[in-house]
Amino acid sequence: MSDFLRSYLTVAIFGGAAVALVAISLGLARVLRPNRPSAQKLLNYESGVDPVGSGYSQDQVRYYLFALLFVMFDVEALFIFPWAVRLEVYGLFGLVEMAIFIFILTLGLVYAWRKGVLRWA
Amino acid sequence: MTGPIDVPAVDWAGLLPITSLVVGAVLALLAAAMVPGRLVERVAPAFTLSVALVSMGGSVALWQRLGDDAPFATIGGAVAVDRFGAFVALAVAAAIVLSTLLAPGWLRPRGHSGVELYVLLLLSGAGGVVLAMANDLVVLFLGLEILSISLYVLAGYDVARRGAREAALKYFVLGGFSSAFLLYGIALLYGATGTTNLGRMGDFLAGNLPRQQGLLLAGLALLMVGLAFKVAAVPFHNWAPDVYQGSPPPVTAFMASAAKAAGFAGILRLLVTTFAPLQVDWRPVVWVLALASLVLGSVLAIVQDDVRRMLAYSSIGHVGFILLGVYAGSARGVGGSLFYLAAYTFMVVGSFGVVTVLSTPGGDDDRHPLSTYRGLAARRPLLAGAFTILLLAQAGVPFTSGFVAKFVVIGAAVEEGTYVLAVVAMLTSVISASMYLRIVLTMYLVDPDPRAARIAVPAGAAVCLALAVGVTVLAGFVPSAALDAARDAMPVLLGSP
Repeated sequence: MSDFLRSYLTVAIFGGAAVALVAISLGLARVLRPNRPSAQKLLNYESGVDPVGSGYSQDQVRYYLFALLFVMFDVEALFIFPWAVRLEVYGLFGLVEMAIFIFILTLGLVYAWRKGVLRWA
Repeated sequence: MTGPIDVPAVDWAGLLPITSLVVGAVLALLAAAMVPGRLVERVAPAFTLSVALVSMGGSVALWQRLGDDAPFATIGGAVAVDRFGAFVALAVAAAIVLSTLLAPGWLRPRGHSGVELYVLLLLSGAGGVVLAMANDLVVLFLGLEILSISLYVLAGYDVARRGAREAALKYFVLGGFSSAFLLYGIALLYGATGTTNLGRMGDFLAGNLPRQQGLLLAGLALLMVGLAFKVAAVPFHNWAPDVYQGSPPPVTAFMASAAKAAGFAGILRLLVTTFAPLQVDWRPVVWVLALASLVLGSVLAIVQDDVRRMLAYSSIGHVGFILLGVYAGSARGVGGSLFYLAAYTFMVVGSFGVVTVLSTPGGDDDRHPLSTYRGLAARRPLLAGAFTILLLAQAGVPFTSGFVAKFVVIGAAVEEGTYVLAVVAMLTSVISASMYLRIVLTMYLVDPDPRAARIAVPAGAAVCLALAVGVTVLAGFVPSAALDAARDAMPVLLGSP
């Protein structure tokens, strides 16, 4: 075994120990504990109050469009900061490149806006 | 502070096949957002066609220019400008043209409005061309992702339909998974060779093969998994039947032609140039992939009842044939694979064109049983005739492009001494012929359903079918020009300047 692979041996041992720890503690608990289920015990736990309604419910997921638009600006900022710090070095070439980049991203926003994504209805 | 950075030289004319598609897509999206009314929607197909034709023009110009100039790498060695890229770019643009001709006749009866399908076709095509022209593993990954992400959306374009949602989700989850494999492979290869540039990597491998090859071979294997998934080679084919079945047929046509051509472009460029020194190692892998694809594709196609699934499995079989040329790795083999890809583009888009014409809007879109084709010859003789020619071409009947393509790749494989693969290829082409003939017999010998509605053939679909059949027959009778072109398109290792 090469040194390179041996250094990964630690990771493997650590992973094995982690799995073993969980397996032993859960397994021991299972062997030792008494098992007397009742209807009360199997209820969903809602802070000690009797649960209301089903455990499954649907959530509004229309936030995801805003999340997507946010990611767009996030990425934009990610690229603009390093560019702005070294503006002189990149010169005209960098300016044009950044203009094209921002133009294409803005295009996405314009498209989303015209398609009515920004209206909360 | 240092002076201005070195801006890498960009050969804009060489990039025209890519840039035209991207600019076209951006313009179409902008127009759709800004111009009110339905004007943009109405001109979108014509616009998409002209953009694809500009891209084709760029590829042809590039091809002619490279007759005099030597191939070179541009943008700091990241993009290869060679005849190989131009050839695949032409095939991808042709797939865009043919699919765009099919799209309006499918969109309108289903009440879809908007230009997104055309925009996504253009973007996906641009990704395919980037993949074909990539001279750096990172650019290759970028092209693959642009190609795939657009295709995920396109697969679920008909989102109200259950089958379309299934197709999109399956393609997305499995595709994302395979992309991760590919990316990990790139990381390992970078670790093994110290570069992601295909030219420098090839130079390094040719000069000094590392003694510890584990990292290198694992990287190459993971890379192969990612690309084999994209072209749907067995055992990475599981997504293909469901996705081909659930996606809109014009999209499936594009998927089976352009995505396959682009994926194979990546495989060919990697294996034949950069990893040529490792041929001993990758050949057995390709051998197994080819054998499994040939056998499973043809055998499973027989037992299908849905025509789209039949075509999906048959396309897996075709992957096996194309892999024969990859296995050979010679000028003849690579040329054969490229010719096969180009010929298959027309065959498969034409076939799915017939599927498009025969799918009726509504709940029926989820099913497309063989009984749809009962007595088609009596109802629509020309349509049945066109489908017959396209199916016979896929079976490899002489005087069609399919025969020439199969002949060349099998010949190349035999030249390299793999008789087993060649014999299996010939046997499986007989097996799959029985499947194609089953469709033909249903069209000609079974009486039509008297209650069946009249079949309307939209003008675009008619043009697409005429083009597909025309090219398929023409390339069967006079294949020499296309074959010579495909042989000239051998990829070359573009080392650092």
